[in-house]
Amino acid sequence: MATFKGILAPFRETTGFARWMLLIGLVIVVFFVVLAIGADWIAPYGFAQQSANGVDFKKAAPPGPGHLMGTDRLFFDVWSRVVYGARTALEVIILAVAVSLVIGLILGLISGYVGGWIDRVLVLIMDVLYAFPGLLLAIVFGFLLAEKIGAGVISAAGAITVIYIPQYFRVVRSSTISAKESTYVEAARALGAPGRTVIGRYLFGNVIHSVPVIGTLNAADALLTLAALGFLGLGIQPTDGAEWGFDLSRALEDVSSGIWWTGLWPGLAIVLLVTGLTLVGEGLNETINPVLRKRRLRKITVEETQK
Amino acid sequence: MAAQSGSLPRYIVQRLLLLIPMVWLTLTLVFLLMRVAPGDPVTASVGGRLPPQALEARREALGLNEPLIKQYWDYLSGVLQGDLGKTITDNTPITDIIKDNGGATLELTVAAMLFALVIGLPLGLLAGRYRDTPADGGIRMFGIVTYAAPVFFVGILFQLLFLNVFSGWPLLGQSTPITEFTVPTRTHILLLDAMIAGDGSATVDVLKHLMLPAITLGLLICGILIRLTRVNVLQTLQADYVEAARARGIPERKVVTAHAFRNALVPVITIIGLLVALLLGGAVLTEQTYAWPGLGSQLITYINQRDYAAVQGIITLFAIVVVVISILIDIINALIDPRVRY
Repeated sequence: MATFKGILAPFRETTGFARWMLLIGLVIVVFFVVLAIGADWIAPYGFAQQSANGVDFKKAAPPGPGHLMGTDRLFFDVWSRVVYGARTALEVIILAVAVSLVIGLILGLISGYVGGWIDRVLVLIMDVLYAFPGLLLAIVFGFLLAEKIGAGVISAAGAITVIYIPQYFRVVRSSTISAKESTYVEAARALGAPGRTVIGRYLFGNVIHSVPVIGTLNAADALLTLAALGFLGLGIQPTDGAEWGFDLSRALEDVSSGIWWTGLWPGLAIVLLVTGLTLVGEGLNETINPVLRKRRLRKITVEETQK
Repeated sequence: MAAQSGSLPRYIVQRLLLLIPMVWLTLTLVFLLMRVAPGDPVTASVGGRLPPQALEARREALGLNEPLIKQYWDYLSGVLQGDLGKTITDNTPITDIIKDNGGATLELTVAAMLFALVIGLPLGLLAGRYRDTPADGGIRMFGIVTYAAPVFFVGILFQLLFLNVFSGWPLLGQSTPITEFTVPTRTHILLLDAMIAGDGSATVDVLKHLMLPAITLGLLICGILIRLTRVNVLQTLQADYVEAARARGIPERKVVTAHAFRNALVPVITIIGLLVALLLGGAVLTEQTYAWPGLGSQLITYINQRDYAAVQGIITLFAIVVVVISILIDIINALIDPRVRY
């Protein structure tokens, strides 16, 4: 109980805005998690279903009874695709962030701990990847992976993974380097602990704390990249899964005919989920990061000195 | 301190020398990526459309029959001589594509960057100055939501809005066909060409076409600028010299504008390098949304045609642009802020 209170301590010290960001963000994210998990019960139709009870859906029908958000020009039910889109989005995001986290963490630990030429080569490669426009990198990888293993959740996640590895690498490497010099690591080494143990037991635990903030912010960014790949036709194909970016690329062609419902809802879903994830990340950042953190106590003193 | 003042040229030379491994590694990365692709690129793109002898000739012309190391060498030395190769599908030199379509991308990205700076910097300063007020909350939400909205969704919303409210406003392309034909090509940047030709109606036409795409792409950058400027203001307002200025009795308004804001803007220059990368990625999406005839839409066209050579050439250009700009930004930063070049 005491440790639980200890974890929550920074949260209780936050001022209004940071706390609200965190709470609103969590509510939004949980909403989409519920949509994703319960898609089979929530969505009235399948994501690639074009008829029900032997009756074909109307093409590009406006919102109305039976189709809450209308249908698109592929005869799909827009609301069902928005719901199933949450599932695709979360699958890809979780996969991409987890894989890039693991790879970045391992490479960062090795690079920071071992040093020498391995470190220098890795840093140079990561710098090049980091400087490269993320979306272009994802486009190239998405294109190549789709050719090689077929377009789908795995290749979309793979293309996105590449963008975020350098970020984790940088953070983990720099905190490894500073932790390496600390006395308890030196003590462990003096006791004859092998490198594996030092990295696994002593450095890992010290480095992992900066990960949640980057993780949530990356998740937000990853969703935007997934949608962009889908919009450019390099993501998930419409029959493999519902994907909001792909739906928007179809909706773009509908604009000139005045059809708004095919684009509005998937677009809003993206904006809402990205906003939710960003709010969680920013809120966490202001709660954890001492530079941005503003404790309640402190606010009073600043105001008093100004008087 | 004499050694200190002499360190600026050294810093610049160091940075410029760093260009060589950075560009080399980037080129190697692009080259390797393109070779990972399965099968034969010529068959993949124009397979079925040309007779076998013609396919073989294309392969020969592209150097695909050479050993990998020779291809790598040819690619590197070609890039050094400003030759990015030819497309597989229509046998056009990539440099011609860049000349014809690069101007449109440049026009779009510069306009978007200007819009983002004009909107983002003041909002970021305000939010940092009036921290935790409703204004701060509103501006931050604006920043988060504009970043969260994909450019193609913003584009679709703008197009729906203008179609219904300001009907007749141009939604697609860089200009009307008449403008395109009447304005003589000089710089390949249509806006400049129209202005050089002194053609008022053409200039207005180009500007009208430019407005929506530039705002759409600019909003993407805007959110990041707001966030960054705000945090910088928060940090400078806590700095000792600001406290010292207050203690000397300098009016709060002057402390904020002359002492805090000015210093808060310096780190923004550092981030512009990263923004350029984001801007180029966003440009691909914006161009696709507005049928803008730039390099981004060319890239997507060639990707859909499985034209590896064209994709490699265009990506190479983007990569070089980003690396060169980031090093330039480093140098500018060192000129402004002596702490960078210790």
